Amino acid sequence: MSATSPRPRVGLRLPTKWVTIILFLLPALALYVLFVLVPVVQAAHYSLYKWNGLQPLTDFVGLKNYVTAFSSDTFKTAVSNNLLIIVLSLALQIPFSLSLAVLLNRRFPGRAIFRLIFFLPYVLSEAITGVVFTLLLQPGALVDSSLNGVGLGGLVQDWLGDAGFVMITLFIIISWKYFGFHMILLMAGLQGIPREIEEAALVDGAGRWQAFRHITLPLLGPTLRVSVFLSMIGAIQLFDMVWVMTGGGPVGASNTMAIAMFKAGYKTSQLGYGSALAVILFAFGLVLALAYQRLVLRRDIEGAVTAFNG
Amino acid sequence: MTRGRSVTTRWRFVGVLGVMALLFGACSSGAASPSAAASVAASMAPSVAPSESAAAPSQAAAPVTVEWWHISTTDPAKSVFQAIADAYHAAHPNVTIHITILENEAFKTKLATTMQSGQAPDLFQSWGGGIMAAQADATMLKDITADVASWANKDTINEGALKIYQYKDKQYGIPWDMGMIGVWYNKALFTKAGIAAPPATWDDFLADVTKLKAASIVPLAIAGKDMWPSMHLWTYLALRIGGGDALTQMVQTGDWNTDACKAAGDQVLKLNALNPYQPGFKGATYDNEAAAMGNAKVAMEVMGQWAPSVQAADSSSKKGIGADLGWFPFPTVAGGAGAATDGVGGGNGIAVGKNASPEALDFLKFFNSVENASKINTSNIGMSPVIGTESTVTDPNLQAVLAGRGKATFMQLYLDQATSPAMGTAINEATIGLFDGASTPAKVCKAITDAAAAQ
Repeated sequence: MSATSPRPRVGLRLPTKWVTIILFLLPALALYVLFVLVPVVQAAHYSLYKWNGLQPLTDFVGLKNYVTAFSSDTFKTAVSNNLLIIVLSLALQIPFSLSLAVLLNRRFPGRAIFRLIFFLPYVLSEAITGVVFTLLLQPGALVDSSLNGVGLGGLVQDWLGDAGFVMITLFIIISWKYFGFHMILLMAGLQGIPREIEEAALVDGAGRWQAFRHITLPLLGPTLRVSVFLSMIGAIQLFDMVWVMTGGGPVGASNTMAIAMFKAGYKTSQLGYGSALAVILFAFGLVLALAYQRLVLRRDIEGAVTAFNG
Repeated sequence: MTRGRSVTTRWRFVGVLGVMALLFGACSSGAASPSAAASVAASMAPSVAPSESAAAPSQAAAPVTVEWWHISTTDPAKSVFQAIADAYHAAHPNVTIHITILENEAFKTKLATTMQSGQAPDLFQSWGGGIMAAQADATMLKDITADVASWANKDTINEGALKIYQYKDKQYGIPWDMGMIGVWYNKALFTKAGIAAPPATWDDFLADVTKLKAASIVPLAIAGKDMWPSMHLWTYLALRIGGGDALTQMVQTGDWNTDACKAAGDQVLKLNALNPYQPGFKGATYDNEAAAMGNAKVAMEVMGQWAPSVQAADSSSKKGIGADLGWFPFPTVAGGAGAATDGVGGGNGIAVGKNASPEALDFLKFFNSVENASKINTSNIGMSPVIGTESTVTDPNLQAVLAGRGKATFMQLYLDQATSPAMGTAINEATIGLFDGASTPAKVCKAITDAAAAQ
């Protein structure tokens, strides 16, 4: 998801510098227009039709597809699931990653090994992660028998089959996959903070917690804000892992916006409706990304609103 | 013949273009990226050109390529199909059968994209029903009624199977597999639970479920994630209670707020009350279900003619339960209008694309000859609907299915294929809610009716 592209100010006479820049940008720009902007416009166009993808576009229905989406319980569940993952990520995943980053930023033997281990899940593809966890979470499989083995059999759930629990299961697995990424990001941020500042604070009589709260955390702000941003965008786009593990089930309990879109487009051949969902997803992401950049990231990126690609 | 020999410089160029287009396509996330369609169009271009030649292929005829897309990614089907194509090429050296094998889901996506660009392969996998109807409406299919009448009629191919590939009285494809859904059961587990014979009525079925539970055996496997296995069970209940005419009417009018629909749901609730399904069924896939049967963990599943082979493939031993496996037709419901011989079934076929050459149809005829169609049966790929191949079905269970197909007084195509994809998904999603205990019979009937109204 990327914001608007920079608009060069075109004067009457183009300075040579601009000609060069435009020439260099042209190939990338052409691809971007062809494969990002044109499909976005196409989707917006299709979303106004009832269309099964085979016949010509003739059945114009105006905004009916959007009305259907917002009055459908399935889609409402999908939106609330996306929001749930955003909230849980910010409330649990980021703090957890931060505490690990702080811990692993200290010097102790085997530190590199731990960093490697914690980062490993991020290297796996979402599909592979999904398949592996689906197997582990089968009734009576490794997770269940491990819990039973250590006397925690009471915690055993129908992990992927219980409509009330499936989003929690998915959140735990998503966190397992991505905490290492945020940890590395935050560690990089921590290493950019000069050690002397913290040491000076400690000499001045600040406790460890005070030093962390008033020195480390504010200085880590820019990294933390980016981490939160990536986490939110990832949660909005959530698809692969859920598709592999539950397909949106049981009975629609783990649908996300992207899954609803995919189902409408590829499973049920409602390409008009699917396009409307795609536009809603796009708008949702765009508004959130722009608002976050304007309101939260403003001081970090001063002026260049386009500095990040989610 | 192998593909290698037919590769000319031109083909190689087209291939490189195709790969490049696909690579670019992969970078974009757009639903219908123009490049993917272009690559398909490019790869199919040679097949369309020389098709205007004489009706009967002769020795001196111009070279013709027939594009055939099928979804049998594994053996034995994969190599049997290739062998039939090779045999045809040997007899008609000017005709090359160019096979593209695609995984089921990939096939559906690629076919849709291709058709959006105005192209269609000459021959391709089809299940008939609603999807085929939509393709025919979009003029992507060839009306082959007159072309095939001489070799594909009720005297040569099972009539019910042939009808699945008709739409508005026109023939658009030919079936190569046609079976019937029934109840597959584990005889050893039935014996262990003290059940002497398979149940003939729904009341007996429920009583047997209770007996199995009492013997600590899981009675029935379904698949909550994939949804369709239990949808078939529900369809059978609606068919047994309302009868074929009532079911046909529901499908055609889209009005499912009927007594039969609600009564079918009530019977599901009765079944649910016995807690008959395998642990974790709500998140289970069809492969999980088949594995449960193949590993003798579950006593029954409601499934089609392919069940034994999938059970074997998904079992730990790769052999399934062997001779313990039995089949019986879905039981009748007391007071219901449906007969014990009414069935729910379906199968596989080959649809014919709009630009298919006479050679493509000739190959289709060759494919459905008694000799070649028998290979479908002997290799356990499916159950050929070609009349004269019945004797090549040797497995006793499959013979039972075949007998059921032969005796059928009414045959309902799988509901999720008889209707449009949107309707099919709506039916699957509505009915699984019932089995999961998250819905009510009236809600299910209303949801399906609403989906039909939104068509």
